[in-house]
Amino acid sequence: MKFNHEIVEKNIGLLGIFTVIAISFGSLVEITPLIFQKDTTEPVEGLKPYTALQIEGRDIYVREGCYNCHSQMIRPLRAETERYGHYSVAGESVWDHPFQWGSKRTGPDLARVGGRYSDKWHEVHLIDPRAVVPQSNMPGFPWLAENKLDGKLTGDKMTILRNLHKGGYKGHDLYTDEEVAGAQKAVEGKTELQALIAYLQSLGLALK
Amino acid sequence: MTSFWSIWISVLSLIVIAGCLILLRLCSKNTTGVEEGKSMGHSFDGIEELNNPLPKWWSYMFYITIVFGLIYLALYPGLGNYKGLLGWSSSNQGVVSIAESKAATESATKDGRWVQYDQEVKHANDKFGPIFAAYAATPLEELVKNEEALKVGGRLFLQNCAQCHGSDARGSKGFPNLTDSDWLYGGDLATIKTSIMNGRHGMMPPKGGLPIADSEIPALTEYIVSLSGREHDAAKAAQGQASFMKGCFACHGMDAKGNKFMGAPNLADNIWLYGGSRGIIEETIIHGRGGVMPAWKNVLGEEKVHVIAAYVYSLSNK
Repeated sequence: MKFNHEIVEKNIGLLGIFTVIAISFGSLVEITPLIFQKDTTEPVEGLKPYTALQIEGRDIYVREGCYNCHSQMIRPLRAETERYGHYSVAGESVWDHPFQWGSKRTGPDLARVGGRYSDKWHEVHLIDPRAVVPQSNMPGFPWLAENKLDGKLTGDKMTILRNLHKGGYKGHDLYTDEEVAGAQKAVEGKTELQALIAYLQSLGLALK
Repeated sequence: MTSFWSIWISVLSLIVIAGCLILLRLCSKNTTGVEEGKSMGHSFDGIEELNNPLPKWWSYMFYITIVFGLIYLALYPGLGNYKGLLGWSSSNQGVVSIAESKAATESATKDGRWVQYDQEVKHANDKFGPIFAAYAATPLEELVKNEEALKVGGRLFLQNCAQCHGSDARGSKGFPNLTDSDWLYGGDLATIKTSIMNGRHGMMPPKGGLPIADSEIPALTEYIVSLSGREHDAAKAAQGQASFMKGCFACHGMDAKGNKFMGAPNLADNIWLYGGSRGIIEETIIHGRGGVMPAWKNVLGEEKVHVIAAYVYSLSNK
């Protein structure tokens, strides 16, 4: 058969199919292999599953849109590692759904903020950033100190994470049945601020 | 990467490039049966489609792109496990611990592979390493006289310490002022360095962990106010002293001048970390305080802490 543009040009369905095939090559090469890579599915040595309170804190991080201004991705550039610590590796975010790498830094990177400041500092800073950093343009989040968690969904969130990574933590599941059962009790009555700080203090400790 | 995925990536990538080339070749030929420059035989609103070839500049650019792509894939790691002729990589991806990261850097150096990040760090270490090593070898007593070292320390301070202690190092509520002569744990060079290296944990439990009744607190507060020589109700303060003697002295001292070994503050100098109003003193007694200074040993390393210690000391010892 002679190659003829006309066949494709006059047959919109065929054009669509060819377009999808052409585009999918990119994903087949770039994305599909990652799903099966050890690098991207196995946690780094020291990584610990989020505790019940940290899971709730993480959800508040997402809810408040912290990722709009803070990345959690230290690039392998000396200027970054001097300031933030070892560059981020894939094994650090294997249990993050969705990951919080972010794409913009209005504020500093938070990938290794854990342990860098005291809980008290975070408390003051989240309520009113300018109380400790006068030049800061970060908005305050005072309501976090007032809102209390009820923990009704915490157990479910842990179950979902556990099911997504069966036997993913040193050969065990991420959480035991007792941990899931005790999840609500572990977070009930805690403020959102406490949860968020617990999450922030856990960031990046695995590779430090 | 397993060889299956390596082959998968390589074969698909090359198929796509070959496909682009084939498509470009096919489209460069006139297969329409219409002479070049003549009408294709249909028009719309008086606009006719002529059978023009692909622009030359455009096709050549496409060929150049394909050649560039192939050269790139030959030189750099792009095709699965193939490392590329240059042996270049951006960083040691896939490490699972700091130890493994260091080992990867060493093995790359040994094999002469060019890891961009490692090279960048090496370049900087060659330049700045000797400077910091010289500082680290200088006793702190000498270092505080070195103007240049203090400038370096000042930059490191702004980068890492100013978030809590302020860019002027005067601190804020709960975060100590480093420019005065009042020190919780001691203001000598060695102690400052220890504080930065290992961090500090304040440890005042609620009511000092003592059997102090809520009703005693106003009097105790009055006593503490009296210690720094401020206006006070003498009778009430005397009453509060009895509460103080229940055990507060164990940390703060009989004279309430504090204890630097425990980081117990001096209550008699009218310098307050959390505030010295009656309300705040009461709050401190009722809830206790637990200020935390993080440890910087693993973040900055001893060489940099050494320089920062000299800078911090210089702030209150001009």
